[in-house]
Amino acid sequence: MSASPLDTFVSALGSQDVPCERTTSTSFAATLAKHLREPAVGIPMEDLDVSLSDTDVTVDPTPAELKAADTGVTPASFAIADYGSVVIPGTSDGAELASLFVGRHVAVVDADDVVPGMETAFDRFGESFRDHASSAIIATGPSATADMGELVRGAHGPSEVHVIVLEDDDE
Amino acid sequence: MSDAEELRHLMATEGAAVSQNTKGFNQGRYDSTAKLSDYEGLKDEARAIKEDAIANLPDLIDQLRETVEDNGGTLYIADDAADANDYVREVVADRGAERVVKSKSMTSEEIEVNEALEADGVDVVETDLGEWVLQVADEAPSHIVAPAIHKSREAIAELFNEQFDPDESLETAEELTTFARNRLGELIEDAEVGMTGANFITADTGTMALVTSEGNARKTVAATDTQIAVAGVEKVVPSVEDLQPFVELIGRSGTGQDITSYLSLLTPPVDTPTVDFDDDETPLSELSTDRDFHLVLIDNGRMAMREDDDLRETLYCIRCSACSNSCANFQQVGGHAFGGKTYSGGIATGWEAGIEGLDTAEEFNDLCTGCSRCVDACPVGIDIPWINTVVRDRINGEKEGQFDFLVDGLTPDEEEGSPSLQKRFFGNFETVAKLGSITAPLSNWLADTAVSRQAMERVLGVDARRDLPQFQRETLVEWFADRDTTVTDPDRRAVLYPDLYTNHVQVERGKAAVRVLEALGVDVIVPPVASSGRAPLSQGMISTARDHAERVERALAPHIADGRDVVVVEPSDLAMFHREYERLLDDGADRLAANSYEVMEYVYGLLENGASVADLAPSGDDEIAYHSHCQQRTLGLEGHTVAVLERAGFDVRTSDVECCGMAGSFGYKTDYYDVSVAVGEDLRDQFTDDDAADRTVVASGTSCLDQLDDLLERPTQHPVELLAR
Repeated sequence: MSASPLDTFVSALGSQDVPCERTTSTSFAATLAKHLREPAVGIPMEDLDVSLSDTDVTVDPTPAELKAADTGVTPASFAIADYGSVVIPGTSDGAELASLFVGRHVAVVDADDVVPGMETAFDRFGESFRDHASSAIIATGPSATADMGELVRGAHGPSEVHVIVLEDDDE
Repeated sequence: MSDAEELRHLMATEGAAVSQNTKGFNQGRYDSTAKLSDYEGLKDEARAIKEDAIANLPDLIDQLRETVEDNGGTLYIADDAADANDYVREVVADRGAERVVKSKSMTSEEIEVNEALEADGVDVVETDLGEWVLQVADEAPSHIVAPAIHKSREAIAELFNEQFDPDESLETAEELTTFARNRLGELIEDAEVGMTGANFITADTGTMALVTSEGNARKTVAATDTQIAVAGVEKVVPSVEDLQPFVELIGRSGTGQDITSYLSLLTPPVDTPTVDFDDDETPLSELSTDRDFHLVLIDNGRMAMREDDDLRETLYCIRCSACSNSCANFQQVGGHAFGGKTYSGGIATGWEAGIEGLDTAEEFNDLCTGCSRCVDACPVGIDIPWINTVVRDRINGEKEGQFDFLVDGLTPDEEEGSPSLQKRFFGNFETVAKLGSITAPLSNWLADTAVSRQAMERVLGVDARRDLPQFQRETLVEWFADRDTTVTDPDRRAVLYPDLYTNHVQVERGKAAVRVLEALGVDVIVPPVASSGRAPLSQGMISTARDHAERVERALAPHIADGRDVVVVEPSDLAMFHREYERLLDDGADRLAANSYEVMEYVYGLLENGASVADLAPSGDDEIAYHSHCQQRTLGLEGHTVAVLERAGFDVRTSDVECCGMAGSFGYKTDYYDVSVAVGEDLRDQFTDDDAADRTVVASGTSCLDQLDDLLERPTQHPVELLAR
């Protein structure tokens, strides 16, 4: 039996040294706490079955709070198993900013939103972009550069990425 | 054109960093593409998308204009660099911008937009760390993806410490990165305009794909309120779904990464709120998302390239850098030598010829030896050697004949223009070889005198440090004519093609091939046939090559019709039959390609079909070091030789260099002797290490054997010679 997209995703993250934790909506706040380095800011988890209101995350921060933050927590629209990628929506709530202007990005994705590969991902992008002009970032691991003579993790963007996968309570 | 001294200087100053980085990328490409379940299928898909997109480009641009405008942006088509810069300057002035932050874009280098904006007093900041290093150093990119690839960490540290005089002297890559990020971060945060390139733009949604790793492109767009994207018109593809094969191929093909950190899919103007980082009152969700977007698509010669049957393929290029990284010469000299005004590497000849003109292409075009290793590496399968050949031919055609009378007797070519004396000498090597054999050994003895070698070096640029081919008095064709076949009841019948070198120089390998084929039950004939045209083609003498191709096809066609296979010893000539004849011949190319085989491939086929390896010479458990041939590898025929040798009982170790460095006439040319030897050093290292030092050296190509003879202190031979009794 071949591995499920979720298993593939988790293993791809592992090979990139991206910490990943599977949790449920009930345990989400406690799980998230372990992945925060404060001060932390976040974007509301609108399409997910969890909320940041019971956490130490400043939700919907001001630009100054964002600039001071070390961790940014955002929802991911979906994840791409083969590559260990999360898709960050370019929405007006500022998910792009909260995932970018921080040292650590914590992405939260629903287990049901892990697609197997790029083909499925781009079918999804095509449908959604044609429906409504929108943007997204396929983010794979932390920002990196080799321009200074050797590979350095953490260039302009975050130097660390953590992923939290939400599974159903009864799973 | 870079001369020997300039090339030596570049190799001494930048060669080590370029070599280490490009070889790392190239190995990464092999490793990363090997993980794909259907690499070739993805490449075919990518190629097909580009072919269609370029064919339908005017319609796609019309569609894109509509979608960009519906999205709230503006599309401007710029005829040339000046037109593009005027438009960009106007946008920047209208915004009242004092600073423009840029993410990496080769197209913006092409139009020199930085200089145009700086003339208006605008502060232009490159935010890609490599590009910023070059901006600080005031240097040009040496690689299309990793622009500062020629600079070592130590050199960057020295530059920063000198230029910025930081409190604590910078040393490690991490320190340098942190310093650059902090400094650039502030500059990005209060810039008004962000300028990006675009790797791809979809006509259906107006979405642009940006392939990046650092996050600077994201910041460049997010932190400013006006985005200008500058891209060549060829970047448009029909739909979002078309991006998928490219996304899977571009990082793997270039730097050997499965995927880069960020693949931005932006449908500008983006919805991300615009921020003033001093604002401590307004939550992000209440900030304005009002943004301006200008897409500047640049023609600058591209629409004319689209009409040009030979340059059109250049427009399929996705600027991944595989052709640079897989190129043995590029690995030594880098893009400062192997590049034009903007672009570098094998495909740069197409770009520079189309955008700047032949003069710019001529500056580096001869560094492409036609070895063809980039053809497999290119994710859209561009025949980059062919583009280099065509451009070389056009450059030859522009020249006025000067000293042609000097070599007219030696150069019965079909060229209308006038290639250099050197090119005509090498291009007409068949005539040289014929005369050489008729007058051997006197010709060899005379040619090797100091006076002759000095004259050859001065007039023809043939480096005196190289040993010249030793012409044999009795050619292979003459030897064969005097003997009777040893096969009475043949299993197959074949023509052994008497290629130029096997016929006149490496005659022993030809005899060995005949003996091996006969031992395996093949009825062989070796009729006189013209040389393949590889020599003139490599000098950009296409008319002459075509004349050869027609004569070869005419001579071999009756034999093929008679049921004979064509067996070829020299891989570069087989590659002519399989790759280039299609372009040179009106008909007959397919038939010749379908019926011709490399000699060891043919032996492999015979053994697979019942011939017995016991009929060949016993191996004596010899250990072999085998160097295949660049064009043979591109044809996928290295494995056959290895398989045959192993089946015959040899222990085989193979080289893994892309090319031996000799590449036909390249290594004989005075200007390129040092590059050729530098390329060869990798091969020497591999064949002189502890495991290989005592192995018998075999190689498939004539020029590889010449190079190995110069590099090693032990004899070399063609693999078929090991099998002949």
